[in-house]
Amino acid sequence: MSKHRFSQHALSEWMKDEGPESEIVISSRIRIARNLSHQPFPLLATDQQAKDVMDQLTEVSQSGKLASVGLFETIILSDLTELDKRVLVEKHLISPNLANESRCGAVILSSNESVSIMINEEDHLRIQCLYPGFQIQEAWSLASGIDDIFEAAADYAFDEKRGYLTTCPTNVGTGIRASVMMHLPALVLTNQINRILSAVTQVGLAVRGLYGEGSEALGNLFQVSNQITLGQSENEIIDNLFGVARQIIEHEKAARNRLLQESRLRIEDRVRRSYGILSHAMIMDSKESAQRLSDVRLGTDLGILTEVTPQMLNELLVMTQPGFLQQAFDEKMSPEQRDYRRAELIRKQLRGETDHGGA
Amino acid sequence: MFCQECGKKPATLHFTKIINGEKTEFHICESCAREKGEGIPGAPNSFSIHSLLSGLLDFEHLGASGISGMKQPALRCGDCGLTYAQFSKIGRFGCSNCYHAFSDKLDPLLKRVHSGTVHSGKIPKRSGNQIKCKREIEQLRRDMQVRIEHEEFESAAQLRDRIRELERKIADL
Repeated sequence: MSKHRFSQHALSEWMKDEGPESEIVISSRIRIARNLSHQPFPLLATDQQAKDVMDQLTEVSQSGKLASVGLFETIILSDLTELDKRVLVEKHLISPNLANESRCGAVILSSNESVSIMINEEDHLRIQCLYPGFQIQEAWSLASGIDDIFEAAADYAFDEKRGYLTTCPTNVGTGIRASVMMHLPALVLTNQINRILSAVTQVGLAVRGLYGEGSEALGNLFQVSNQITLGQSENEIIDNLFGVARQIIEHEKAARNRLLQESRLRIEDRVRRSYGILSHAMIMDSKESAQRLSDVRLGTDLGILTEVTPQMLNELLVMTQPGFLQQAFDEKMSPEQRDYRRAELIRKQLRGETDHGGA
Repeated sequence: MFCQECGKKPATLHFTKIINGEKTEFHICESCAREKGEGIPGAPNSFSIHSLLSGLLDFEHLGASGISGMKQPALRCGDCGLTYAQFSKIGRFGCSNCYHAFSDKLDPLLKRVHSGTVHSGKIPKRSGNQIKCKREIEQLRRDMQVRIEHEEFESAAQLRDRIRELERKIADL
């Protein structure tokens, strides 16, 4: 079993709070990319330079400058097992890039896991703030505050014309990526999703599926984020995303109402069928579990199912990922074993048995 | 193409020399060119990269018969050594100076990716002020020089005091 706190619990503390619009928006996220001046970007840094950057940035947390924000733990990536890294990725606390490709990578993690500060990812510094529900402005003010703390201690690569300079030209300027993770089952069921998502990409936003390969959205979870970082202010970027996300929420709500009015029986059947399968199946692959969990989530949101709480579902979302499964059962598994363990874990969780220590 | 001398760095200098119909090609990097300057046939003893470049450019300009086939050296960042060709291949910059080094070529790219080419968001508090102060100091220095040339020493002294004040301010930031 890992010694790290983050791998013991599938659900980050911050996810336990219910945010606004939480029946549709799972979480809101802001990520800020920053680099130090007078240091090559991580891509071309020597090992010594990468280490200097890591030391300088971890010092900000070690010296207690982040105390006003909360309690933080500094984790050096090279101290982690592969499994620990995978769990962090599955909980969206670090990027796959930091886990697999970084030199002298580190992450500064807040105790409730709502703030994760990545060092030597594609950029020297990436500040990420996660909030439950639809709270994108709140996430921005927290991230911006943390940005100010780092800025007071380190010279940023900033250019009056181009703004904050980043390794990738797609991040230059404000360096922010704002995103909301949304559960949109009714828009998918009513075949409206493609029309809406293609409209979204027209206004400088990007949509991708969560956990899915490429554009495939597993479990009807979609991440909507800004593409543009230069030429608009942070507030414009966030307002734009906020406005569009608000409209998607309204469309999803309308679609849910229509489903309830026009085909209540069929929806109820679908929800209960999935709930039945999840609570009794012996083998469950990740694709099926994502789809069935989406049905159950919809059923919970619509008041069809009262046995399940959104919190249990958020927890399952992470727990059913391969890395976390192996962590929970403390063993290396083949995909077949994982499907068996996944089914076991879901059955226990849905029946309210909290023990998922396994074998 | 890598430097034919050290074989480590990318060759940024390419030239072809034809003497009495015998053709010789050179593909070398900047540091080898500097080091092995004297080893390059025909280079003057006081060899420097600039003299080589400008010399070649001049020759071509004058239509001299001795040298032909000169290519422009690749656009590259002086700080990290990344060339524009490498950048356009990997789509990532090597350091913050790349933005200055490739500045002329960036506008079309940034226009395509973003809604504009000029930052209009947050400015870092500390270095933002620093940038402003530094710019002001540069301007004041130029003004001061002009005053000195015109022998207006009293107002030059005032400018000097203002520069010192700003320099102290930067040190405090």
